Amino acid sequence: MNFPSSPGMSRRRLLRMIGEATSSAVMYQAMTSLGHAADSGYKGPVELPGDPKGASVLILGAGLAGMVAALELRKAGYTVKLLEYQTRAGGRNWSLRGGDSYTELGGARQDCAFDEGLYINPGPWRIPYHHRALLDYCKRLKVAFEPFIQLNFNTYLHASDAFGGKPQRFRHVLADYHGHVSELLAKAVNADKLDEDVRPEDKEILLASLRSWGALDRDYAYREGYASSEVRGYEKAPGGGVDGAPSPSTPLAFNDVLNSRLWRHLSLPLQHDFQHAMFQPVGGMDMIGKAFFREVSDLVELGAKVTSIRQNDKRVTVTYESAGGGVRQASADWCLCTIPLSILSQIELDVGAPMRAAIDAVPYAASVKIGLQFKRRFWEEDEAIYGGISFTDLPIAQISYPSTDYHKPGKGVLLGAYSFGLPATEFTAMTPQKRIALAVENGLCLHPQYRQEFENGISVAWHRVPWTLGCFGMWSGATRKAHYQDLCAIDGRILLAGEHVSYVNAWQEGAILSSLDAITRLHKRVVAGN
Amino acid sequence: MTTQSLTGPTRACTRLAPRFILSALLATFVGTTAAIAQNASFRSTTTRYPESSGEALYHAICQGCHMADARGASGAGTYPALAADTKLEAAGYAVLVVVQGQKAMPPLGSALSDEQIAAVVNYVRSHFGNDYKDEVTAEEVRAARP
Repeated sequence: MNFPSSPGMSRRRLLRMIGEATSSAVMYQAMTSLGHAADSGYKGPVELPGDPKGASVLILGAGLAGMVAALELRKAGYTVKLLEYQTRAGGRNWSLRGGDSYTELGGARQDCAFDEGLYINPGPWRIPYHHRALLDYCKRLKVAFEPFIQLNFNTYLHASDAFGGKPQRFRHVLADYHGHVSELLAKAVNADKLDEDVRPEDKEILLASLRSWGALDRDYAYREGYASSEVRGYEKAPGGGVDGAPSPSTPLAFNDVLNSRLWRHLSLPLQHDFQHAMFQPVGGMDMIGKAFFREVSDLVELGAKVTSIRQNDKRVTVTYESAGGGVRQASADWCLCTIPLSILSQIELDVGAPMRAAIDAVPYAASVKIGLQFKRRFWEEDEAIYGGISFTDLPIAQISYPSTDYHKPGKGVLLGAYSFGLPATEFTAMTPQKRIALAVENGLCLHPQYRQEFENGISVAWHRVPWTLGCFGMWSGATRKAHYQDLCAIDGRILLAGEHVSYVNAWQEGAILSSLDAITRLHKRVVAGN
Repeated sequence: MTTQSLTGPTRACTRLAPRFILSALLATFVGTTAAIAQNASFRSTTTRYPESSGEALYHAICQGCHMADARGASGAGTYPALAADTKLEAAGYAVLVVVQGQKAMPPLGSALSDEQIAAVVNYVRSHFGNDYKDEVTAEEVRAARP
């Protein structure tokens, strides 16, 4: 698109002219090429031009937000040090494998007994294709990726009072819901019941689209036959040789599909954050944290528990309990704090009332994940389920099958529970043994094979994780309005980053984007000599 | 966890039957007060906690953070003890914290009824080394809601 060049014409006036003359889609294109709007928050590698003249930054927390800031600030010429509470880096970017030991708040210890090569990701486990900042760093850090199967048509949908508690294949519920609804709509169109809403010239097109999408037969009916079986699957699959002819399957009755409410699971994989293609690092999500740590490990002091963050007009001074015992202090010109608000709200912190109020305004969500090991990959061998997720209304909420190592002989680990809200809170209050017992009991309703094949498990309840005290920060419309900008501000020499300082909460992308935004603003201030 | 195997009768999955399965692993359910383990209607979409008594509510919900003995726990941050907690002298304060939440503690007001909140506050204030004689009523909880 060519824009008229006219001295004195403001960008805003130009855009308004374009907007008035053309559709909003063209306006969007114009905005993009003028550098206003962008598809995502990430515009490419962060640029920190100008000399910071050896300014120092103390970064609190060596999760992804802290480590990406360390990487970029050091490259830009800053002196950087990180303090991390754990004796490992990566934060919530974390994987558990056989031989790992995990002790939760309250003292319960679990020793992961998974076989070699098997793991569970208790925190983030999948990456959307549009999380471009995270993906860019993984590309630059050479983290190998593979697809994460979010949508698998052959998994199960289950509800205790649907279809007598018998799990239904996703492809059956999907095909039958679409089919019956399409048939209903086609009937209404053909009976001229929608003439006020559908133009005569669109009627035939609409009918054709319904037949296509809903797998209707030539009479615009959804019923047992070739059309529906091609989508939902056959009763007797097409085969070879003498007995090769298939038999069609019988669709579920419309009332049964509706009343089961299993259709509520159909829309999740359509949501932008859960659309294919999704990704996971090969070998465990912690490959990302390890890759970052390889770059910045010389800057990190592990085992440091921050107890106070003080500042004056010249320095920030952080007091912490060090790994070797004893109290130490570290100070710098600036401090980037990525400590979760669940913890930061308890730390002595020299910031103004608005930032303090913001830190205190964000509750942390409950979440529980349970990994279960089985003697064989029965979901592949018996059920033809390769990756993907089954959904249930039982407290476990989901069972997810590994998106990797298909057909590998030997044992397999699946995610036996991933719950939020009330079930997660109650799981959290149980001992690890009870959590795993409940996950097995629930799972039996979908997979009787649990009985013979279950071996061991490990659970992570995020409110009992000693270094987060919760899964992620929960914002509401009201708290965003009242507090979010205050949380983002540079308060003297202190600023914050982390998934909580973003609109992408509970995702690693939020941590990275918030950190890049923070260091960009900090750098502008430093270079301007403030 | 050591290798376990499950024995026992076939599961009926239209209801969460109490523990007839005779494995060491599943026998851990004996003594569990949590509705999640006992109540067939507890679903992943449940929006109201089903427990009724203050004791059941405390052990199903609160002990997740405040621990079974109400002594709290410490890691990078701390869950405060509710045991021998002088802050609980003001019953209204306890009610407000449960209803609204406080800092990182999520609000529980929408997932608990007035009766449940009164029950759990009264339970905590009369156990764990607390011995406050006054009790809150459901009406007082209702009045404390926003």
